[in-house]
Parts: sequence; structure tokens; C-alpha cells
Amino acid sequence: MEIYLILMLVLMILGSIYSLHAKDLLSAVISYGIVGFALVIAFLLLQAPDLAIVQVVVEIITLIIMIAVIKDSTSEELKSKFNPKFYIYFAVVAIFAILFFYIFDRVTGTLSQFGEHFTRMATAYIEGSQETGSANLVTGVIFDFRAYDTLGEATVLFTAVIGVLTILRIKGKKKEK
Amino acid sequence: MIVYILCFILFIVGLYGVVTKRNLIKIIIGLAIMEYSVNLFLILIGYVNNGTAPILPVPDALKNKPFVDPLPQAMILTAIVIGLATTALLLSIAIRLYRKYGTFDIRKINSLKG
Amino acid sequence: MKGMTIIVKKITQIMAPIIFLFGIYIIVHGHLTPGGGFAGGVIMAGAFILLILSDGSILSSLRKEESGLEFLESAAIMGFLIIAGIGLLISGTSVFFINFLEKGTVGKLISAGVIPIENIVVGAEVCAAVSTIFIALVVFKDEVSK
Repeated sequence: MEIYLILMLVLMILGSIYSLHAKDLLSAVISYGIVGFALVIAFLLLQAPDLAIVQVVVEIITLIIMIAVIKDSTSEELKSKFNPKFYIYFAVVAIFAILFFYIFDRVTGTLSQFGEHFTRMATAYIEGSQETGSANLVTGVIFDFRAYDTLGEATVLFTAVIGVLTILRIKGKKKEK
Repeated sequence: MIVYILCFILFIVGLYGVVTKRNLIKIIIGLAIMEYSVNLFLILIGYVNNGTAPILPVPDALKNKPFVDPLPQAMILTAIVIGLATTALLLSIAIRLYRKYGTFDIRKINSLKG
Repeated sequence: MKGMTIIVKKITQIMAPIIFLFGIYIIVHGHLTPGGGFAGGVIMAGAFILLILSDGSILSSLRKEESGLEFLESAAIMGFLIIAGIGLLISGTSVFFINFLEKGTVGKLISAGVIPIENIVVGAEVCAAVSTIFIALVVFKDEVSK
């Protein structure tokens, strides 16, 4: 099973690299779709069907919004002469990558190996599932043990929608005489 | 272990896009890729070998298999929907800037000033 | 934004209610099968987006829908808070977000107390949010090109 997961991750990396280097913005957005749909298959392999359902629909809607924005403006990539500062930016990314990798290595040293996760917290949730009465344990966690997080999520979603409406409004609402 | 490292490389690719690209749409794509890699990493941590999905009436064929961890799945489920809303917010800022300046180039937008 | 040809319009009018019904099914069975409020809400918003894309936009009616959806979203968050507040008042232990209804047997459709109600409320909220974002983009595009 792990070999399929590695294949999906390699596909995601290739898709993202192509998406960042494409000459045309439309093909950049479409190859960004590769990353999202490979992520759906990775979620299915990792036994997370709830996430797979949400991710496949969210990816389609994100692509529709991105293509709508591009069709509304321009799909040409900027014509760029070779920028001599490119080496500086690349060096910055390399330094940060090495720094992040050092921290990542220290952190994953404390984690258990892949697939040998010790579900200490989850054991309590699984045993407590008789209290919530919900057959789907993920729904039980979202709406019972951690309902505060769901409330916070609803607030963040509301704030994002208000932000979109504020930015995209050209005319104010006219008052009726 | 190699799965964790590949997931980390995906994060670095997104970071590379955010730092080096000049086009606003490509910067947004880089941010979304970083978000996906973080989501995948948390789910990878919660996986258990030979696990099944955490749904209760277990059929007899899967009786002696363990459940995967439901806690990261519940957290990421909300994070994906928030990611859609924040990406839409960034895109609306981008299209508003295009209407005002006629370009997606962040350096030109930076130098025009108002 | 102009609509598409009559073939696309007719097929969409047949398909969109089925997709909408599937979203409702996903929400109502959220405590038994994979899915729930978040997944079902986004699917319902997908049915809306399909209709807008195929039929084109009529600016005045879209404005009306936009304000209606904003009201639905605010009301859904309010309902979520009210459910939590009722739990605080009714239960003897005074815990926010307590499950104050009967649990029933695991695996039946009517079970798990307030969890199905919360699923419906969150589904309405997510559906309203995603469709409002898309309608705002369409209205912006039409107003600019006018």
C-alpha cells in the first residue's frame, strides 16, 4: 500500500512543479488540478472517506473559480527577461529549505514510524462513541467532543464570505426613496 | 519515513513558488499547494497499519482490524472548507488588483503606489 | 454572463435537482455513513453553481438570491449557537454544546441526539457561504463588463 502512496506523492510533486513553471495561466490552473485529485486518491488509500468526498467537490469548485477569474482577466504569463536576482531568491529558498529540514528531522524523530501510530487519544474517543450515539466517529468528534472547533470554523467561513463581498462590491446598495 | 520526506518536498515546492514567482495567480497556487501538503501530513501521522475507516457497525470480515485515528480527520475536514474560502478571498483580491492596474505583476503593482 | 445552448440547459435542469437531493442525503445520513454537513453543503452549492453556469446570469434576480443567502448563512450560525445555548440551560450539568436529546440505538436514522440537527445547520451554512462567493464573482464580472 505504501508504494501506491509514494506514487501519488511523486505525481503531486511533478504536477506542482509543472504548474509553477507553465507558460500559460490556464494550463497552470489545470495542472494544479492534478495535485488536488491525486490528494483525493491519497485520502482514500489512507482510509479517510469523509475527507475524500469533501476534497473532490472542493477541488472542482476551486478550479471553476480560478478559471472564471482567468477568463475574466488574462491568461498570458508575464514576459520576463532573465532576472539576475533569481539566484538570490533561489538561495533564500535553499536556506529556508535546509533550516526547515533540520527542524522537520528533529520533529519526526520524536514521532513513531509511518503506520505505527499509537492511538492513545483516539482510544478514548472510540470507547466514548457509545456516549455520543453516532456511528460515524468523525462526525461524533466534530459535533460532540470538539464542537468548539466547528463553531470557530463557521465563524472563519462567515468572515471570509464577508471579506469577498466587501472586496468585490462596486456599487453600494441604493437606499429606497 | 520516505512518505514524510516526500510530503515535506511538496511543501518546499509550494514555498519556492511563493518566493520566486511574480505572477499573483502563481503565488496563490503556491499557497494552496503548501496547504494541501500540510493537510496530507497530518493525515499521514494518524494512519495505522491495516487500519479501517472509523465507522462503527463493523462487518465480520474486518472484525480484528484497528481503526485509524479519527481526530486528525475531524480537524482536517474543517480545514479543507476553510481553505476553499481563503483561496476565493485571495482570488477576489487578485481580480480587483487586475481591474485597477491592468496586470498581475506584483512588482509593477508595488511600484505604482495607489 | 451569457447562458449556454438549449441542450445544456435542459440536461442541467434535469441533473441539478438530483445533485441537490444527493447533497441532502449526504447531510441527513452524516452520522451513519461517510459525509456530513461539510461534504453535503459543498455538494448542494455545486448544484447551484451548475445552474448559474448553464443558464447565465440575470443580474436583478442574482442580487435577490445573494441577500437571501446572506440571511440564511447568518441564521444558520445563530441556530448553531442557540442549540449550544439550549444545552447549557436545560441540562443539569450546564455544559456548552451538551447532547441533551435521547441517544437512541447506534445505527438507526433517528439517533445520536442533537448531532443530526447540527449537521443540517452546518450544511445550510456551508452551502450558503460557497454559493455566495460564486454569485459575488458573477455579479462583479457583469457589473464591470456592463
